[in-house]
Amino acid sequence: MATHHAHAVLPDEPEKATLEGKNKILGFWLFLGGETVLFGSLFATFIALRDQANGGPTSQQLFDMPLVAAATLLLLTSSMASVMAVLALHKKNLKQLQTWMTITVILGAAFLALEIYEFVHYTSMGHTMGSSAFGSAFYTLVGFHGGHVAFGICWILSVQLQTVKKGLTVVTAPKFYLACLYWHFIDVVWVFIFTVVYLMGMIGGKVG
Amino acid sequence: MKGWQQYWRQLLLFGLLSLALTGCGREELSALRPSGPVAAMQFDLMKLSFSIMIGVFIVVMLIFTYVLIRYRKRPGQQGIPKQVEGNHALEILWTVIPFLLLIVMAVPTVTTGFELHKKYSPEEAIQVRVTAHQYWWEFEYPDLGVATAQDLVMPVGKKVQFTLTAADVKHAFWIPALGGKIDTNPGLENELWLQADKTGIFYGKCAELCGASHALMDFKVEVMEQADFDAWTAKMKGVQAAEPVAATSQVAQQGEELFNKSCLGCHAIAGKGGKLGPNLTNFADRERVAGILANTPENVAEWLKDPQKVKPANNMPNLNLDETQVNALVEYMSTLSVEDKK
Amino acid sequence: MSAHASHAPKRTGLWDWLTTVDHKKIGILYLIAGGIFFLAGGLEAILIRLQLVYPELNVIGAKTFNELITMHGTTMIFLAAMPIIFALMNAVVPLQIGARDVAFPFLNSLGFWLFFFGGVLLNTSWFMGGAPDAGWTSYATLSLNQYSGSGVDFYVLGLQIAGLGTLIGGINFLVTIINMRAPGMTFMRMPIFTWASFITSGLILFAFPAITVGLVLLMFDRLFGGNFFNPDAGGNVIIWEHLFWIFGHPEVYILILPAFGIISEVVSTFSRKRLFGYSSMVFATALIGFLGFMVWAHHMFTTGLGAIANTLFGLATMLIAVPTGIKIFNWLLTMWGGQIRFTTANLFAVGFIPTFTIGGMTGIMLAVPPADYQYHDSYFVVAHFHYVIVGGLVFGLFAGLYYWWPKMFGKMLNETIGKWNFWTFFIGFHLTFFPQHFLGLMGMPRRVYTYLAGQGLEVGNFISSIGVIGMTLGTILFIVNGFVAAKSTQKAPADPWDARTLEWSIPSPPPEYNFAQTPLVRGLDALWVEKMAGNKGMTPAEPLGSIHMPSPSILPFLMSVALFVAGYGFMFHNYWLVGLGMAVNFGCMLARSLKDDPGYHIEPEEIEGKGVKA
Repeated sequence: MATHHAHAVLPDEPEKATLEGKNKILGFWLFLGGETVLFGSLFATFIALRDQANGGPTSQQLFDMPLVAAATLLLLTSSMASVMAVLALHKKNLKQLQTWMTITVILGAAFLALEIYEFVHYTSMGHTMGSSAFGSAFYTLVGFHGGHVAFGICWILSVQLQTVKKGLTVVTAPKFYLACLYWHFIDVVWVFIFTVVYLMGMIGGKVG
Repeated sequence: MKGWQQYWRQLLLFGLLSLALTGCGREELSALRPSGPVAAMQFDLMKLSFSIMIGVFIVVMLIFTYVLIRYRKRPGQQGIPKQVEGNHALEILWTVIPFLLLIVMAVPTVTTGFELHKKYSPEEAIQVRVTAHQYWWEFEYPDLGVATAQDLVMPVGKKVQFTLTAADVKHAFWIPALGGKIDTNPGLENELWLQADKTGIFYGKCAELCGASHALMDFKVEVMEQADFDAWTAKMKGVQAAEPVAATSQVAQQGEELFNKSCLGCHAIAGKGGKLGPNLTNFADRERVAGILANTPENVAEWLKDPQKVKPANNMPNLNLDETQVNALVEYMSTLSVEDKK
Repeated sequence: MSAHASHAPKRTGLWDWLTTVDHKKIGILYLIAGGIFFLAGGLEAILIRLQLVYPELNVIGAKTFNELITMHGTTMIFLAAMPIIFALMNAVVPLQIGARDVAFPFLNSLGFWLFFFGGVLLNTSWFMGGAPDAGWTSYATLSLNQYSGSGVDFYVLGLQIAGLGTLIGGINFLVTIINMRAPGMTFMRMPIFTWASFITSGLILFAFPAITVGLVLLMFDRLFGGNFFNPDAGGNVIIWEHLFWIFGHPEVYILILPAFGIISEVVSTFSRKRLFGYSSMVFATALIGFLGFMVWAHHMFTTGLGAIANTLFGLATMLIAVPTGIKIFNWLLTMWGGQIRFTTANLFAVGFIPTFTIGGMTGIMLAVPPADYQYHDSYFVVAHFHYVIVGGLVFGLFAGLYYWWPKMFGKMLNETIGKWNFWTFFIGFHLTFFPQHFLGLMGMPRRVYTYLAGQGLEVGNFISSIGVIGMTLGTILFIVNGFVAAKSTQKAPADPWDARTLEWSIPSPPPEYNFAQTPLVRGLDALWVEKMAGNKGMTPAEPLGSIHMPSPSILPFLMSVALFVAGYGFMFHNYWLVGLGMAVNFGCMLARSLKDDPGYHIEPEEIEGKGVKA
């Protein structure tokens, strides 16, 4: 029964110091396995429907490389910031940890803002949820990812705020660790979205 | 004696049931009484797989029965049974033998599978386009210039190549006595070939839940000699290339007027009319009204008075016809024939 | 060790049940809720067979019939079978691995309440414009707005909420089994029911997200103008079928693997022998779970995937016969040389063997694609899957309930009533479903609300409907038995069956902390090992000490109610309701995150009957 205390010296790898922490990390990895199937199903659906524009704008007409590249850059950088955050966690340096997490959140929010702009822009071009099967598949896949980003931002913020009060303990450490794990997962999913949705979409139906 | 009890009860039960179900169903409908090469190939596979399985079942039941009788706990039995961990030889045996049995099944599965998925060209087979609707079947013979509904007409001994789709929801096209089914998918096309080796009437069914009247979405297959079929197509083609023939009797004439006014928007006769409902060119030759009722004047009248009562949730509205109007329509529709049999 | 908190919070009555995070109580909740849904699904089945007793009847009407078959299938699979499996998993798995609780007690409670409110949401459709009527498979386009009623919205949202609960439950059991085993309980010493639960949980984890996505797409099509399945706007109806069956086929193994586990435990205990071929049983279970993901398209042989796809999926399906056969022969050989006692639990287990063998046989017949073109969507299939799910799973659940009832409730079920229960149910079952094989081959499609006279289908349908009486009687007898046991004053002993595994080493019912001292496991069939060594109970692996317990919480219940409310909001496009539900839901999540649960401690002096002795 490893019931450590907030005041006690923080062990190495504090996120795995308690059975609760270990359970959470294992459970979360498993959850991400389920999430992989979830996004896999969404990708499969998108690939099946991506050429069904139903007379509306096609992916070649819609997608705009600079915008997507900027979004990708933001999210990849934010993922790197969360790597730095975990390094800070392992160094038990709360201040650094909070700084890197804040950078992660800011970059994530910027990504989200770009995505919202992008959706509004496409909608104005006549590409909507209801315009075609391609539209439905696009907004569902990319929107699901965006929803994950939004949830991740709220999650990290809530962990950051409670840690201000509670300090870095064996209870709060796993929370940071999991939030970062989640953030990486979102980032990996985006790499696939970037490839499958945007790159393949801009090249057209010749690939894949 | 629980073991015996259970074994005998089960045997008795199965025996009684198989007695009760003697016969293999109606020749027009049953997959167990194949009337064409496709159904025959499928029946052969059923027999093969069933024999292998029943063999396995007998082995299992023999061991099962022996064990239950021999090793039941006897009163006053002492001692602890030997705790056996396993037996490699046995375990390998009952892994390998089923595997070999599966290979025996797999070979004809593969060959028949590819045989059934062949696609026959217009030179080799009559081409029929099937469109499934809630709750009726549309049959078009594009090469022959003929369209009909509900009664599928086929020549005996000749392959028919179907191309199938659905107009609204998913249905499945199934004529058990002639061969297994295929789904009709809205927005997509499927292929299937069948052949009938006997003349006569066979029953077809919709096998995929398609709405309230799924159970009533039956159709008939009329298999005729090649010469009769040629005559039928020639007549149908002639009629469908022309305007409808004017009715002769006075009642029928009233019916015709009414039909032109109220029905032609959805139902075609001869070369005229809409495609929302079944084509009625040869309505009087059909076996059934709405696929299910015998084609008698009373049943036609019943249908006309309230189609929703006969087939719930079908797309034909209640036209609120009065008695004379119904009679006039019934009279007129009884003249819609291209065959001479009635 | 200084305690954070305090003593067990005093909670009683309803409040205790709403807030409990104790896996044993959650198991009972799953059993009660699943049992109620089982009765609802059974009632639906009775009405179905009533409608079909004679040809061309119109007892309940075509539309209601479609609602009944849809709700019968959906209820039985998602709301009856799965929860009762979870009931047994909750009641037994932590005890079998020597754990004091599951890995995530809070999530365990959340999983239950989500399932429960999802199920309630689905069933309220009966009173709010009609139940879903597109079949439990809800194939598009029939399940779209134009072709079906608002009931399908309830299907979509109810299953989404319930499915979330199941997914959470699956993850919980995976982590519990991986991380919470007692010292010495290696993977290859785990009881076979725990193994089955482990693999089933893995299947849940990887199968449920597919249906989640399917339901989301259907929801978007129905409620928010999506075009996934609308062929007129470029949609494709086959996507739904793939997503549904990528989930749906593993789901079949999610259901049957725990039954295999139960049968293995029961047969072994009542033969007084260790399970024959334990390691091959584990291997077979894992292999079935793995192959279960490779064969989904055998539900779609007539969809038109082509000869190559059909053949490959057919051959892959046949392969599953090998590990399943291994299991059947292992059970037979477990009994071989044993001292078989025909308790009710064992009657169900023994009755399972021939019944399931028949279901497996027809399964292999169905795996032959060209022949399947005849069987598909006919009553042959209906017979097959009822042989597997009722003859397999439900027999297994009855066996498990008779076996573990004393452990769950501390009372024995009556054996005489139990035997009547078995025979009525067994005979009724075969009467109902055996003739259906023939009906299908004789040309009767499934899901028909009636059949025409004179097509040779009368006798089979009549016998089938009569059999329902037997199954109904059996079910009623089981409920009676439950009440008789509850009234009885006789307490069940810790080990009434002379059993082999850890759960029988502690009192019936177990104290809330399960094991006063975590036991040391010294072999497969841990308790049997000690019995054979002449010990009276398990050897403890730790000194007697203070036991940390998680606090009860109302949050899981509140979160589930909130999602339930949001579900109505989505259906009726009332975004205030959606906002309210989601706000409460996220609020609860936040509250859970912000407020650490210190739990409470049970001190050694409060632990009755020190040690882990029986």
